[in-house]
Amino acid sequence: MDTLQSDNRRLMAKLIVIAVGMFGFGFALVPFYDQICEATGINNLLRPDKVENTQVVASRTVTVELDANLRADLPWRFAPEQRKLQVHPGQMVQVVYDIENNGPRPIVAQAIPSYGPKRAGEYFNKLECFCFSKQQFAAGEKRRMPVVFVIDPSLPEDIHTITLSYSFFEVAGTAQPAA
Amino acid sequence: MTTTVHTPDHAHGDDHHDHHPHGLTRWLAATNHKDIGTLYMWFAFIMFLTGGVMALCIRAELFSPGLQFVRPELFNQFTTLHGLIMVFGAIMPAFTGLANWMIPLMIGAPDMAFARMNNWSFWLLPPAALLLMISFAVPGGAAAAGWTLYAPLSTQMGMGMDLTIFAIHIMGISSIMGAINIITTILNMRAPGMTMMKMPMFVWTSLITAYLLIAVMPVLAGAVTMVLTDRHFGTSFFNAAGGGDPVLYQHIFWFFGHPEVYIMALPAFGVVSQVIPTFARKTLFGYHSMVYATSSIAILSFMVWAHHMYSVGMPVTAQLFFMYATTLIAVPTGVKVFNWIATMWKGSMTFETPMLFAIGFVCLFTMGGFSGVVLSIAAVDIQLHDTYYVVAHFHYVLVAGALFSLFAAVYYWLPKWTGFMYSETRGKIHFWWSMIAFNVTFFPMHFLGLAGMPRRIPDYAVQFTEFNALASVGAFAFGIAQIYFLFAVLLPTIRGGAGPAPAKPWEGGNTLEWEVPSPAPFHTWEQPPSRELVDKLAAQQQLH
Repeated sequence: MDTLQSDNRRLMAKLIVIAVGMFGFGFALVPFYDQICEATGINNLLRPDKVENTQVVASRTVTVELDANLRADLPWRFAPEQRKLQVHPGQMVQVVYDIENNGPRPIVAQAIPSYGPKRAGEYFNKLECFCFSKQQFAAGEKRRMPVVFVIDPSLPEDIHTITLSYSFFEVAGTAQPAA
Repeated sequence: MTTTVHTPDHAHGDDHHDHHPHGLTRWLAATNHKDIGTLYMWFAFIMFLTGGVMALCIRAELFSPGLQFVRPELFNQFTTLHGLIMVFGAIMPAFTGLANWMIPLMIGAPDMAFARMNNWSFWLLPPAALLLMISFAVPGGAAAAGWTLYAPLSTQMGMGMDLTIFAIHIMGISSIMGAINIITTILNMRAPGMTMMKMPMFVWTSLITAYLLIAVMPVLAGAVTMVLTDRHFGTSFFNAAGGGDPVLYQHIFWFFGHPEVYIMALPAFGVVSQVIPTFARKTLFGYHSMVYATSSIAILSFMVWAHHMYSVGMPVTAQLFFMYATTLIAVPTGVKVFNWIATMWKGSMTFETPMLFAIGFVCLFTMGGFSGVVLSIAAVDIQLHDTYYVVAHFHYVLVAGALFSLFAAVYYWLPKWTGFMYSETRGKIHFWWSMIAFNVTFFPMHFLGLAGMPRRIPDYAVQFTEFNALASVGAFAFGIAQIYFLFAVLLPTIRGGAGPAPAKPWEGGNTLEWEVPSPAPFHTWEQPPSRELVDKLAAQQQLH
């Protein structure tokens, strides 16, 4: 029955197309996920925050602890100039990090911030940060890099200390030779 | 015998009935659906014992607090490989084997649609299993990231992870080919008169399962391919440093993973829907609603994946959506459970071993379903995430669900496969032994989980000692029950068992497979069953 065999072949072809399509769909989930995260504001790590109200609440003091980490075997030195400081909500504050590439080659790296407690993150508005873009350091290069932030005055009352922690990750294979 | 596809026309008038190659060639070059089904079933059983040994190593270590037998690294490898082997090596091949054996018999087709591809789909599995076993011997050992292979752990481990990824690719290709075969056979090769709505439930659930496989196995292949390129080719899908996100892996994995749960459960529903009407001597209650419930479960299964990852920090709106969608699945599942109960209601029930396993399935699967509803509530799940409560839940649905239904299927169709009856006494011993040992093993895990014992950890706080010791005793008893099944039931039945089986050993059976002799000859339905026969059986099942 040749018709049966050709029917079967045609159905198999359709099913293979579905399977291949679904393999592609798996990869399509990657940009889709990025779009969702961007649209909903999750993972909004790389853009400056907008600050509208900068009314300083002088009656309240929040401790900000600064933490700096390097991932894998990144041959850098990375540390805040000040470990801990007291700030008022609404006050614009600048802190400075010392970053130095001790390695023998140029390296591009990206800093990712995180917050403790986690929910403090949404009240911690950064206006300027080295984490907004990838940073390229030539071998032996040393820089002082600022972070400017304002803590939203609507920070919940029970948060007295916020830890801002940065981790630098190497972005492999993207370093340009020094011009 | 040639390796051509057996169509009714080709075989017509040919009397090469039991002429087939013997010895090793018969199996290596198998294109007969029954031979391939047998290969699948034996492979699944061997992998079931392999994964079981790993489970017993885990339970031996957890018998008492502290570290006794295995290093923590090896413990992690055992939990990972136990999961992978049971899911991809035991349960899925077993159901594919059942589908291969039974679907052509049940729909009156001479063989599967693509006989040579069928050979390939089976013979890809042993190399994949071999890769998984070899991975224990490579530097760094086997994959130890849990069967879910979450990034960033899976993007960092040794070459055992690479072997696992290749094994998953191979098993995925095998499953997809098997699924294509099942769908084509069911859609194109039914006997005249057998409309879709007259197909036995097991055929329906196999069809829907095959569609699920085609839809999600490629997504898993994509996910592990991304892990592979992250590991070796400088991409950053899941690497935060390169702009990727490890949480993305969880989304892609569970987009596969949740339908996968139903890939393992739906054929079980099909088996139980064959067995219960037979031994209740009534027709299946609500056949149409069973079909629609199965389809709804399949569709809903694509919309609930994130309930496995409530704790990653999703927005509340997303948590609520996944929570409502998940609890919604309880509705079609409930329809099925009530239909099985209604089928038994006022039936002339007898309790042969297949029926015992089917009733055991209904009871225990429902309990697993209920703990699933508990876990679907986001607020509760945050507390119970990755605890032994979850372990208890999915073993109730996979061991007492999928595995018990497989035992029901084996006892139900063993007379058809071997031509001999199994020993009813021994079958009952196997059932009650498994039933009791299963509950002794997994019921205490609910309490352990509620008390906060985390899963996948080789050591635990001393207050968990008693329940863990109990679970370990139960696990070893359960393991011995399966050895008993092999040596006291399975092998003796193949050698003659309790005497020759009639073509129709169960008086309540009214599907096509009981119309061929026992054991089923090498070639069946080369002449499709007559229209009268198909209509008569459909009328007996009250299908119109």
